[in-house]
Amino acid sequence: MRHVAGFGVFAAALLAAAGGVAAKEFRFSTSGDILTMDPHSQNEGPTNAMKSNIYEGLVERKWDLSVQPALATAWSQPNPTTWRFTLRQGVKFHDGSPFTADDVVFSFKRNTHKNSDMKNYLSTVEDVRKVDDFTVDYITKGPDPILVQNLTLHFIMSKAWTEKNKTETPVLGSTDETYATRNTNGTGPFRLTERVADTRTTLEPNAGWWGRAEHNLTKATFRPIANPATRVSALLSGEIDMTFPVPLQDVPRVNAAPGVKVLEGPELRTIFLGFDQWRNESLDMKGTGKNPFKDVRVRKAFYQAIDMEAIKRVVMRNASTPTGHMIAPGIQGFDAETNKRAGYDPDAARKLLAEAGYPNGFPVTLDCPNDRYVNDEAICQAVVPMLSRIGIQIKLNAQTKGKHFDKIGKKEDNNTSFYMLGWTPGTYDGHNALVNLISMRGQDVGSWNSGRYTNPKVEDLTQSIAIELDAKKRNDMMREAFTIHKNDFGHLPLHQQALAWGVRDSVADIKQAANDAVYLRYTRMK
Amino acid sequence: MIAFIVRRLIQAVVVTLVVGFIAFGLFHFVGDPVTNMVGQDTTAEEREKIREQLGLNDPFIVQYGRYLGRVARGELGVSYRLGVKVTTVIKERAPATLELALCAALFALCVGVPLGVYTGLHREGLLSRFFLTISLIGVSLPTFLIGILLILVFAVILGWLPSFGRGQVTQLGFWSTGFLTPSGLKAMILPAVTLGLFQLTLIMRLVRSEMLEVLRTDYIKFARARGLTDRAINFGHALKNTLVPVITITGLQIGGIVAFAIITETVFQWPGLGLLFLQAVQFVDIPVMSAYLMLVGIFFVIVNLVVDLLYYVVDPRLRIDRALSGGH
Repeated sequence: MRHVAGFGVFAAALLAAAGGVAAKEFRFSTSGDILTMDPHSQNEGPTNAMKSNIYEGLVERKWDLSVQPALATAWSQPNPTTWRFTLRQGVKFHDGSPFTADDVVFSFKRNTHKNSDMKNYLSTVEDVRKVDDFTVDYITKGPDPILVQNLTLHFIMSKAWTEKNKTETPVLGSTDETYATRNTNGTGPFRLTERVADTRTTLEPNAGWWGRAEHNLTKATFRPIANPATRVSALLSGEIDMTFPVPLQDVPRVNAAPGVKVLEGPELRTIFLGFDQWRNESLDMKGTGKNPFKDVRVRKAFYQAIDMEAIKRVVMRNASTPTGHMIAPGIQGFDAETNKRAGYDPDAARKLLAEAGYPNGFPVTLDCPNDRYVNDEAICQAVVPMLSRIGIQIKLNAQTKGKHFDKIGKKEDNNTSFYMLGWTPGTYDGHNALVNLISMRGQDVGSWNSGRYTNPKVEDLTQSIAIELDAKKRNDMMREAFTIHKNDFGHLPLHQQALAWGVRDSVADIKQAANDAVYLRYTRMK
Repeated sequence: MIAFIVRRLIQAVVVTLVVGFIAFGLFHFVGDPVTNMVGQDTTAEEREKIREQLGLNDPFIVQYGRYLGRVARGELGVSYRLGVKVTTVIKERAPATLELALCAALFALCVGVPLGVYTGLHREGLLSRFFLTISLIGVSLPTFLIGILLILVFAVILGWLPSFGRGQVTQLGFWSTGFLTPSGLKAMILPAVTLGLFQLTLIMRLVRSEMLEVLRTDYIKFARARGLTDRAINFGHALKNTLVPVITITGLQIGGIVAFAIITETVFQWPGLGLLFLQAVQFVDIPVMSAYLMLVGIFFVIVNLVVDLLYYVVDPRLRIDRALSGGH
């Protein structure tokens, strides 16, 4: 082993002397550290992005979010509940051990352990069976049209390594630590060389990677910087090559500075407002026995009273895309027709309120986070006067995300009548939004349907979409479900916020993925 | 003397218990840690299970009692955010904070005391007025603003010093030090200046007013009459007699330095206890918050104890009093 390393150093020196191959280190930063290196423990965007540099699934997402083969080379569906995968041969883990079907079977078990926060992606899978060393069958409980998409976040670990280091089960949240929390052994294009929590995570290319490297990095360093002003300063001073997110108010300054620019693009998360349509008496109208939000005219009035273009221009400094849909472009099931927003029309809104029997408005509290989404509190502050103008007596309750999600979530029994929430379907599929936000029939359905919107037709469609294998039919059903929901004004979609990556000109090429993930395998330095 | 120290140590235990009690009472108001610990798709039952497993559903008295039981066995629990033992995290982070606090305190003392003496001796001098004006800025500007300004000037515009982090650290056993590498020393400058500036101005103004007081006393006049050199008078007699209040304030301020380090460390992404604590608050990381608060409580008591002991060293009168009262 030492000889190999020695040879590597020698070869690198030789290359450097011959072709002037300088060290190409990519240093990047965001506000918080990744939560764990264990691929089956925490389910969080930036953490999943970092895992995918080191670990791979049978399939993977490209930077444009399309699905492509990774550890599997081909797959087929012999019957509606079986997916058969042919595995890639000759793949080695970072420690040199070979990758086989046993690792896939083992990783399935580890990934679906009760402690895993990543098990949702495999919730439809009954079992994984080894057919031979390079063939596995995924048996699903019922037909699952989006299994392959979900497998992009099912990372494969080495059975032997995991057993040797006694980390056969993942830990629940961050309640404990195992060997895999800080150490890795994947098959991916990068391997972990150093991890100091909250300070530095260093990766180096995996020389034995099966794929052809599109990047030209010799090292990548991730350094979290909590304070946004410091993070932007570090970019301007050249201590880091890339940072995200750049605060909206700093975007013009960064663009004006020499040698740096801001890459902007729409994000997958949709920000929306929701109404309590369940209680017979609104929480803000105790003693009246009324809940105005049960009337579609009131919901429509709210929709028409909010001037999204003004919010985009003033609050978001044009870094947002107003939307009429509950899912963003890039999510399976999106369609442009549903995305069209009805116009801003406060007069019509006032008329609707009067028709509904509230000519003088009614009291309501808007629950809003103040540290979760881009300018979340500022958006709510802009909404308040817009609704006051049509006569609503609105109060704003903005608080930290932990408190906010407790209040509007199941923990406090959806203790809200009007709230802000943002959602990115973790599966990149519209069904995820239907299940979590828009319906409530069945177990574990509607976990963030905080206003408890429900429509029998949408519930039926949601259940059919879950098992429909024909892609076209499935898309049609999604369009229908989202259109019904839109006409019901079940929620009030606001916009997709913009990604803002600050990049130095030392970076030759970087791909901005709409899920805000930094895919090192496409990053090139000058 | 020993009785005095023992008494103080018992006080330390009581302070820690009270701090822990108040802290646990407050944790109810910071939100539910489970929201931050799991993904958005996790079901309500799953969340409930984690809450149950962590004992978050118990009344805070029960949680506090259980926590004390664990602390008595030397276990501080596992960080909800990092998934690492709190003792490990604190051991990793403490050197960064202590080195920073040390540098900031040294900076404040080594610059503050001479400046105080100078401005005390040359009351009307142009330079004195200049120092006093500058010191007003140090007192009145908030720490984070000074930090950001220093970053803007020395990191972004001049490019001399790093804007964040500790630079290259060297591992000496469990202690990670930034003193042994050039990048580590360079990284220390801006945070130490930011953190020490307030203390510096405070010490300077204190020494100055004490000096003005002492220089008016008779024994200084007699010393001059004896023909002692200025140096001997100013430093050997005057300065020495100003030191008791200076030590008191400096000692208490060291506690303040560690506490204020929360802001400085956040601005400079300094991987110390302050940053750890702030992130713990944002994440509702209860084990880290409680350990940090109790640790700071202990730290304050120890600093006070050291300050009291230093009085005996500096002021001989206290020793005589003690000896006399002991003889009764």
